[in-house]
Amino acid sequence: MDETTRPSPEALLGYALREEKRQRRGRLKIFFGAVAGVGKTYAMLESARQLAIEGHQILVGYAEPHIRPDTERLLLGLDILPHLQIQYRGILLREFDLDAALRKKPEIILIDELAHTNAPGMRHSKRWQDVMELLEAGIHVFTTLNAQHLESVNDVVAKTTGVRVQETLPDHVFEEADEVQLVDIPPEQLLQRLADGKIYRGSGADAALTNFFTVENLMALRELALRLTADRVDRQRDERLAVSGGTGGTTISERLLVCVGPSPKSADLIRAAARMAKMTHSRWTAVFVETPSLANQDSPRRRLAQANLQLAEELGGRRVILQGYNAAREIVAFARQENISRIIAGKPAASGWRSWLGSRFTRNLIRFSGSIAIDLIREPDGVKPAVPPVRRGRPGGGRAILMAAVTMGLITLVGVLLYHELGLSNINVIMLYLLGVMWLAARFGSAAGIAGAVIGVLAFDYTVVPPYYSFAVSDTQYIFTFLVMLLAGVFISTVTTRLREQELLARNRHASIAALMEMTQAITGATSIDELARSTVKQVQTHLRAQSAVIVAEAGKPRMVHQSNGIQLDDKDLGVAAWVIQNGRPAGALTDTLPLSRFFVMPFRGVRGTVGALALTSESMQELIEPPAIDSLRALCEQLAVAIDRLMFSEESRRAWANAERESIRNTLLTSVSHDLRTPLAAIAAAASGLQEAGPDLDSAHLRELAGSITAEADRMDRLIDKLLRMTRLESGKMDVRQDILPVEELIASAIERVTKHEPHLRIQVKSGADLPPCRGDPELLEQVMVNLIENAAEHGISESDESVVVSARADGGFISVTVRDHGRGIAEDEVPHLFEKFYRSPRNHLRQGLGLGLAICRTIVQLHGGQISARNHPEGGAEFAVRIPVAALDDLPENRDKT
Amino acid sequence: MSIHSSPPNLSIAPPTVLVVEDDYAIRKYLRIALEAAGYRYLEAADAGTAMKQLASEAVGAIVLDLGLPDRDGIDLLREIRTTFGVPIIIISARGQERSKIEALDAGADDYLTKPLSTGELLARLRAVMRRKQDDSSAEQVLAAGPITMDIVRHQVTLRGNPISLTPLEFKLLEVLVRHAGRVLTHRFLLREVWGSGYGNRTHYVRIYMNSLRRKLQTGEKGQSCISTEIGVGYRLRDDIEPRAGD
Repeated sequence: MDETTRPSPEALLGYALREEKRQRRGRLKIFFGAVAGVGKTYAMLESARQLAIEGHQILVGYAEPHIRPDTERLLLGLDILPHLQIQYRGILLREFDLDAALRKKPEIILIDELAHTNAPGMRHSKRWQDVMELLEAGIHVFTTLNAQHLESVNDVVAKTTGVRVQETLPDHVFEEADEVQLVDIPPEQLLQRLADGKIYRGSGADAALTNFFTVENLMALRELALRLTADRVDRQRDERLAVSGGTGGTTISERLLVCVGPSPKSADLIRAAARMAKMTHSRWTAVFVETPSLANQDSPRRRLAQANLQLAEELGGRRVILQGYNAAREIVAFARQENISRIIAGKPAASGWRSWLGSRFTRNLIRFSGSIAIDLIREPDGVKPAVPPVRRGRPGGGRAILMAAVTMGLITLVGVLLYHELGLSNINVIMLYLLGVMWLAARFGSAAGIAGAVIGVLAFDYTVVPPYYSFAVSDTQYIFTFLVMLLAGVFISTVTTRLREQELLARNRHASIAALMEMTQAITGATSIDELARSTVKQVQTHLRAQSAVIVAEAGKPRMVHQSNGIQLDDKDLGVAAWVIQNGRPAGALTDTLPLSRFFVMPFRGVRGTVGALALTSESMQELIEPPAIDSLRALCEQLAVAIDRLMFSEESRRAWANAERESIRNTLLTSVSHDLRTPLAAIAAAASGLQEAGPDLDSAHLRELAGSITAEADRMDRLIDKLLRMTRLESGKMDVRQDILPVEELIASAIERVTKHEPHLRIQVKSGADLPPCRGDPELLEQVMVNLIENAAEHGISESDESVVVSARADGGFISVTVRDHGRGIAEDEVPHLFEKFYRSPRNHLRQGLGLGLAICRTIVQLHGGQISARNHPEGGAEFAVRIPVAALDDLPENRDKT
Repeated sequence: MSIHSSPPNLSIAPPTVLVVEDDYAIRKYLRIALEAAGYRYLEAADAGTAMKQLASEAVGAIVLDLGLPDRDGIDLLREIRTTFGVPIIIISARGQERSKIEALDAGADDYLTKPLSTGELLARLRAVMRRKQDDSSAEQVLAAGPITMDIVRHQVTLRGNPISLTPLEFKLLEVLVRHAGRVLTHRFLLREVWGSGYGNRTHYVRIYMNSLRRKLQTGEKGQSCISTEIGVGYRLRDDIEPRAGD
C-alpha cells in the first residue's frame, strides 16, 4: 500500500504527543522475568547500585521482605523508605508508602512487584497505580514483573500451568514502559535454585509450589516472557519506522469488534481479541448488547458484563454498550457504522440440542454480517458460570403456572358450560383457550403463556374430546388438534412476550433520553456556577436517586459548591475530589483509587484540564456505574465540563471588563477629587492667611466675610467627602438597609431643613396629597435621596428664573411617587441615559462643581429599596426627577386615629 | 439633682463645661467658642483624665466625643451616668446615627454632628442646662417658642391661635414641650406617650408626629416647630420667636 511508505499524520501526532508526555513524566523501567526466582530484584538492585555510584539519587521504595541474603547485601548503602504497616483483620501488612515517596521526591525509586494488590484502605487498589502517580510526579521508577501477571496472557498461563493468577497487570502499563529489561535463566538452573532454597526462603516445601515449578511449566512461561519482550521490541521498531516513513511499518489495518456477554467465558474471549489486535496492530472495541430480558435482570449478570467491559478497557480496547432486542442485528449495525472489519464472537462449546439453541446468535451474526469477517473462537468449557441462568418474564415460575392454572380452569368451566349445555362447537372452545393463552402471555410473560397452552390442551382433552372426562382420545384426529393448539399457544406466547419486551425497551430508551435531555437542558440554562451546581444536584437526585455534591477546581484546590441535603462532605471526601481533579480520573467508592470513600467521584474534563468533580452516593451504589446510569453520568459530566468552562470564560471576561471599568472610574475619581477638593481648600487657605496676616487691620464686616467663606467652603468640602464615602459604602454592599415605616412628608421636611441650612435663600414649594400612606425604608438613605434631588434642582434649575423648586408627593398604586421639579433649562435628550451614571457631569455645566455622584447615589439607594428613579423634562419647562418607593404594608399601624 | 452641678441662676461664677475630646484642633476651637460665650472651660483628652476632672471639679455640663483613645465613649457615658446627673452632649460624625441613638438611650442629653457649628453648640448647651432647672417644677402651663400649653384645661395655642389636638397628639406635644430644644429618640417618645410594651413600633411615633407637625406649621415656607433628626428622633425648636414678624 502507498500509505505505508509515508507516515500518516495521526501516527506522527500520536508519536509526538507521547514523546512530549514522556519528557515530563518519569521513566518506567521494568525488570521482566518468566517467574519468581529468575533474579529480577537482584538485577534491579544491581543496576540501581551502579547508578548510585554514578551519583544518582536512589530510593528503595519497596523491597520484598523475604529477600534472599545475596540480594539483601545489595541494599547496603541505599536509602530505604520505611514500609507502611497496616493492621488488616488482625494481620500486619507491609505496604509501599506512596505519600512519603512523593514527599521525598527522589530521582529514581525502586519498587518490587509491580502487579501487587494493595491492602484495603490504601489510596489505590493496585501498586501499578501508585507507580503511575510517581511517574506523573516526574520520578523515575524501577520495578519488577513476572510474565504470568500480564492481563492479556492470564488465560494462556492458566491453561498451560493450571494455575489462575489473581494479581494481574493491565497490558498498557507494560506496553508504555520506557524500558523493559528481560531477566532470564534456563529452567534447570532455576529449579536448582529452588532446590537450594534460594527462592521462597522458609516455604520451599510447599507442595503447590513444587507442582508449579515443573520444567514444562517453566519452559512455557519462559517462552511467553521471551515472546512478550520480542513483541514489544517489534512494535517499538514499527512505531519508529511509521514515524520515519520506512517501508517496514504497518499502519492500522483492521478494526476489531469483540462480542461480550454476561459470562465469565467472555473474559477469555476478550483476552484473545486483545492479543489478536496487538498482533495485527488493530484498534478494537468490546461491545455488550443489553437486551430487554437482561435489562430486567437482577444485577449479578449485568455486573459480570460490566466487569468484562472493564477488562476490555484495561487491555486497551474501547467499551460500548448497545441496547436492542436482537443482539446480532445491533452488533452488525454498529460494526457497519464504525467501519469494523472483523467481528470476534464465542463459539458455543456445548454439543447437541443446546448448541443448536445457543448458536442462534452466531447464526444471526453470520447471516447479517455481509462483508464483515466473523471469527468464532471456541469458548473454554468445563467452567460452569457462577451466575444464575437467565429467567424470562416477571413473576416467578410458580406464580406463572398458578396464574395459568387458574385462568385455564375458569376457561374450562365456561367451555364445559358452552359445549355441553348450550351446544357450542368445539372449535369455539379452542378459540376460548387461545384467547386465554394470549392474555396470560401478555400479562404474565411467556412462561405463563406456555404453561397455559399445555394446561389448555390437557383440559380440552379431558372435558371436550370424547370420551369425556378422561385423557383418553377416541378420535386420532384430535392428536393433530392438540399439536396445533399447543404450537399456536407457544407461538402466541413468544410473540406477545417479544412485543412487550420491545415496548419496554423503547420506553426505557425514551425515558433515559428524556432524562438526559432534561438534565442537560437544566444545566445549559444556568448562568452561574452556583446555579449550575444546584440544578445538577437536583437532577441527579431526581433521575438517579443519588445524593451528590458538585466540586469545582479553583486555583487547583477543590471547592464544594453545592451538596444535597443530608450529606456533608468532609475533608477526606474533598481529598478524594482533589485527587480526581488532579488526575482527571474517577476515584472513590466502586473504583480502584481510594475505594473506601463513601462517594464515587467523577471528573469534569474541560478544555483546560479538569475543572471540577461530581461526588455521588446512593443506597445502591453499584447501579451508578451500570448502564443506563453510568451513561447518563458520563454525558452529564461532559456537559458540566462544557458548562463550567463556558461560565469560567464568561466570568473571566466579565472580570476583565469590570477591572477596566474600575480602572476608568478610579481615574475619573482621582481627577474629580483632586479638582473638587482643591478648589474649596484653596479658598479656605486664602481666607485663613488673610485673617492671620491682615486680621487686626480689617474692619468687622470684612472679618466676618472672610470667616464666612471659610465656613462655607469647609462645609462644601465636607459634603463632597460625605458623598464619596456614601457611594463607597453603598457600592461595597455592606450597608444594611433599615426597613422602617416612614411618612414621606417627614423625609421631605427633614431634607428641606438640611438643604436650607446651606442654601438659606432657596425657595422650596411642597405639594403633597393629604393622608399619604407611609413608605418602607431606611430613613437616612431616603432622606439623602431627597436632599440630593433638591440640591440638584437648586444647582441646575434656578439660574435663569427666580422660581422655586417644587417637591410633590402622591400615592401611586403600591408606590409613593415623589417628584422634584426645577425651572431651569431642562435636560438635553442625549444626556438622559447618562444622568444616573457615576461621575457624570453635564457637559453644559462645566463651570459648576460637584463630583457627579449625587444622582448615582440616588439611583443606588432607590434600587436598594425596590423602587425606581427617572428623569424627564416637564411639559411646562424645567427638569423633573421622579422617585417611586414601595408603600409600607399596612398590617402594623396604630389603631384608628383617635379623634378629639 | 447632683451635688456637683452648680445652679447657674444663683451662682455668680459662670458654669463650667468639661470637654472630653482627643483631637487637639477641636479642643482648641471649643475652648475659644466656650470661653467667648462666658463658660469656664475644662478639658480632658482621654477617659481617665475625664473621670479625674469630674471627681475634683464642679462641672455644669460635659461635651463628650464618642471616639476616645483609651475607652469606648458610650462606656464612659454609662459610667458617668451611674454617679453624675450632669448634662452631657455627645459629639459624633455624620452617618453614625446608630451610636447617637445608643448614646441618647444610655443617658446623653443631646448630640452634635461634626463639623461643629458654634451657634448650634451654644444653643444645645443652653437647652440642656435649662432642663436642669425645669426638672424640679411640674408646671401646669408650659411654653416653648410660639407654643403654649395648658395641661389642666387641655388647651394649646400657636401664636395665640387655639389648635385642636387629639389626646395622643396632645400627650406627644406635652413631652416635646417639656424637653424643648432637646432631641428625643423615637423609643423615648414611644415609652413616654404610649407606655412600655410597644417594643419597636416606633413608626407609631412617626405617624402621629407627621400629623402633629402639619397642625403646628408656622406659616411661611411650610416650616414647622418640630424638626426631624433623621434616623434619630425629633426636636421641638425653641429658637422660633413666639411672635414672628407677621
